[in-house]
Amino acid sequence: MDLALFVTQTLNGLQLGVLLFLVAAGLTLIFGIMDFINLAHGAFYMLGAYFCGTVLALTDSFLLGLLIALPLTAAAGYIAEVTIARSLYTRDHLDHVLATFGLILVLDTAVHWFWGAEGMAVPSPSWLSGQVGLFGAELPTYRVAIVAVGLMVAAGLYLMVAHTRLGMLIRAGAANRTMVQALGIDIQKLFAVVFAIGAAMAGLAGMMIAPITEASIGMGNEIIIVAFVVIIIGGIGSIKGAFIGALIVGVIDTMGRSYLDQLLKLVMSEQFAETAAPALSAMLIYIIMAAILVVRPQGLFPPRTR
Amino acid sequence: MKYLKAWMAGVALTTAAALPVQADDPIKIGIVTTLTTPAAVIGEDVKKAFELAYEHMGGQMNGTPVELVFEDDGFRPEVGKQATDKLVKQDGVDIVTGYIWSHVLLASARSVTEADKIIVSANAGPSQLAGKRCHPNFFNVSWQNDQTPMALGEVLNQRGVKSVYLMAPNYAAGKNMVSGVERTFQGDVVGTDLTKWGKDAQLDFSAELAKARASGAQALWAFYPGKAGGAFIKQFTDAGLGDQMELYTVFTVDALSLPRLQAGGLDGVLGSLATMTWSPDLDTPENAKFVADFRAKHGAYPSFYAAQAYDALFFIKGAVEAAGGIEDVDAVRAAMRATTSLPTRGAVTFGPNNFPIQNLYLRETIVDADGNWTTKIVGTVYEAHQDPYAAECAN
Amino acid sequence: MTARGELIGAILLLGALALGPAVFPAVGQPFLVDLAHRLIIVGIAAVSLNLILGYGGMVSFGHMVFFGIGAYAVGIPAYYDDYSAFSHLVALLAAAGAFALITGAMSLRTKGVHFIMITMAFAQMAYFLVVSMEEYGADDGLILYGRSEVPGFDLGDDTVLYYVCLTCLILAIFAVHRIVGSRFGMVLQGARSNDRRMQAMGFPTFRYRLVAYVIAALICALAGFLEANRNEFISPDMMDWTRSGELIFMVVLGGTGRLFGPLFGVTAFILLEEYLEVLLDVISPGLGVYWHLPFGLLLILVVLFVRGGISGLMGPARA
Repeated sequence: MDLALFVTQTLNGLQLGVLLFLVAAGLTLIFGIMDFINLAHGAFYMLGAYFCGTVLALTDSFLLGLLIALPLTAAAGYIAEVTIARSLYTRDHLDHVLATFGLILVLDTAVHWFWGAEGMAVPSPSWLSGQVGLFGAELPTYRVAIVAVGLMVAAGLYLMVAHTRLGMLIRAGAANRTMVQALGIDIQKLFAVVFAIGAAMAGLAGMMIAPITEASIGMGNEIIIVAFVVIIIGGIGSIKGAFIGALIVGVIDTMGRSYLDQLLKLVMSEQFAETAAPALSAMLIYIIMAAILVVRPQGLFPPRTR
Repeated sequence: MKYLKAWMAGVALTTAAALPVQADDPIKIGIVTTLTTPAAVIGEDVKKAFELAYEHMGGQMNGTPVELVFEDDGFRPEVGKQATDKLVKQDGVDIVTGYIWSHVLLASARSVTEADKIIVSANAGPSQLAGKRCHPNFFNVSWQNDQTPMALGEVLNQRGVKSVYLMAPNYAAGKNMVSGVERTFQGDVVGTDLTKWGKDAQLDFSAELAKARASGAQALWAFYPGKAGGAFIKQFTDAGLGDQMELYTVFTVDALSLPRLQAGGLDGVLGSLATMTWSPDLDTPENAKFVADFRAKHGAYPSFYAAQAYDALFFIKGAVEAAGGIEDVDAVRAAMRATTSLPTRGAVTFGPNNFPIQNLYLRETIVDADGNWTTKIVGTVYEAHQDPYAAECAN
Repeated sequence: MTARGELIGAILLLGALALGPAVFPAVGQPFLVDLAHRLIIVGIAAVSLNLILGYGGMVSFGHMVFFGIGAYAVGIPAYYDDYSAFSHLVALLAAAGAFALITGAMSLRTKGVHFIMITMAFAQMAYFLVVSMEEYGADDGLILYGRSEVPGFDLGDDTVLYYVCLTCLILAIFAVHRIVGSRFGMVLQGARSNDRRMQAMGFPTFRYRLVAYVIAALICALAGFLEANRNEFISPDMMDWTRSGELIFMVVLGGTGRLFGPLFGVTAFILLEEYLEVLLDVISPGLGVYWHLPFGLLLILVVLFVRGGISGLMGPARA
């Protein structure tokens, strides 16, 4: 096996993994604490990309773009919680799915309105251009930076949840919502804050991917379904589960795209392998999710108490 | 009672509208293109060109006023087919044109041909409609999907490229493009990646680009139309592949992706080569006028999609005038077949499958006198080239 | 029992659909026949989803996969020049039945959001499988050069096919009506509100649910079969997860667990989809492309404020 290729693909898998984690972390918190299914969570990913791209176009600074877009995305999440999600917590999941499906349509079209259909090209910061050499592989510096930032956010989130008062409330909320409420905590405020943090993290993922794929309408809808797969695999409500689930899905998906055709060629005709491989690699993560749901419906790392 | 009367009047009006076409009725031309989803960036360029052509012909063909009816295909074959059905059955258009995407066209074409009307594709040229499923009422004024990549395969041979890695989206045109290169390229195709396309198209090509690098191929060939083109070129450059592999593309580096690449400072694309049937600098008087007016109006170079849309409307105009009106479908069809030139491309004739026989050029990406990135013709690969499926057509 | 208002609404709607092919072309709106035809077929799919979602409480997020299977049960034999409706229906029963039985047996072990996700996962797998079938057009879909052949019927005639579809819709509604009113249906609804109690009473609710799941799948596949014949074009897009999401929306919009709810929901959805764009363009040219915005807002408002959907507005369900 070509080591350089393997290293490159591992990095690509990790990069997809940390982006998925940033989206899935908010999703799993909102789901775990508020028992709310937010299909529109991917829209924050898109909004983050557009906010950052817009600021960048005005100021020519990617860092400034991040710094301004993060609170903006958090605010968008806060507004969505107050106006829509809040009145739906007591309803069943079906209503959540539908209302947030509607919200996706609204936000996607709003982006079309403001920024046009063509999407937005976001230049990558020049100080992150070029490549880094590692085990004979040439890795784009920018992608390495994405992985680094993703891991730092994951560590920060872990510290916050484990060691701060807000984190304690989040843990308590995920474990037993009614109890937190009974203790006289302003649960509404907690919910809104969690929503905003989740939106900001998804937005950060969008900001970081935009220089690679450009910002486009509907970019959130591609990632949200996979993020759901991640939190089901990891266990709903568990940040650790979301982290490991995201890395598993990211690496498996990337490895599937790169090696599955060669693997299949060992057991079947070349022609058949070339057509079967893309299908099978696209199906892989769903197969894993279905298998986990059948064998271990609570996911790999369910929160300790519920 | 008042409401009932108003309603009756409405019914009477719509009934009147459905009566047979009278001589001074406008010529109605239906245009199916993509106006929503990120692919709308192409559809909007196409729409601008149709409107410019309309302006240039004074809104008239053969002295009869023309009406353009735009419909959105939403980048989905079903929606395109519904839109086409609606144009034909409800709006009573005389001719349908547009069609960017091969799969949308494949799903829609029969709705027009079976109504004994003419359909003119301004972009999509899938092999099926050029060969076994050709139809006397189906015309294409752009190219057959295989032609441009065939010319590119020829360029690779001429330039002594021994091995190539192919990347394209996984849909009808993508497969045609790959088969086109394979048809003429004489070296080794060391690998092929077909990536997910459609509304959830894959835009991060990291895994595929890493495979291409590891394959050790001398050149990388890609087909990524629309916005995917910009993302592809960018990632190719960022991955540092520019120093290791020669980049050849078809329908990827165009007037839609170049301004973005320029804004992003991705100068790796300058000097890259592509084959095409048209370029903004192609030397015909009508092309010069089209490009100049388009740039004056919209502040950007037109894309080849726009040029073809412009050609499509003038192609229809030419046939309507030669046939002395739109009513006689047989005469219009015969006039279309006898077409010998298109405004932005000069000499073009039509084969038995109603696909163009035309020159294919090699285009290089350059910086123009005003500092804008654009393309320039640097050679002619094929003269009066006919697609390979024409022989299969029983027209 | 169905509320009187709902029944009257349904009779009016079905009556309008029955007269459609005669009336719409006469008033210069021939395209409305196409629209009505599509409405009838999607209506059948929605009626089938209502059986498991409305009465059985099973929120399947992959129901349209069966629509796709039904369509490909026509398309793949037709690709080999086998246009016999008999072969198509045998293929449909075998493929949709087997897929429903296997995935249903696995999915029904889960509950709540897990059920939503696992049905979506199975649908995605089937979707990607179809997308990979190069021979049958993959992403681009398949064009059919003819319709299913039934001895004694000419399905090739649009009007004949239209009335066949309408008959199927009425039969599907009637079938759901009978199922819901039967002992089987009582157990199904009982299990929705309290599964444990039904189990404690000795009902093997898992089996009841599985049977309902398979029945709904087959009805939905029949709708796909009809759609393939109507449109003479099929593609994997028919079974995309967003299609399943839209179908859920139609059922909820109409009123879940209401006999005619799906019919109203589908009608409202298709009319909005078709005319919201036109309406916006009338208000201001070029505005039409943004029709998803008011559409999405409406969706949110319906969920927030209209409990029981359109059927609910026509009167409360009577026990």
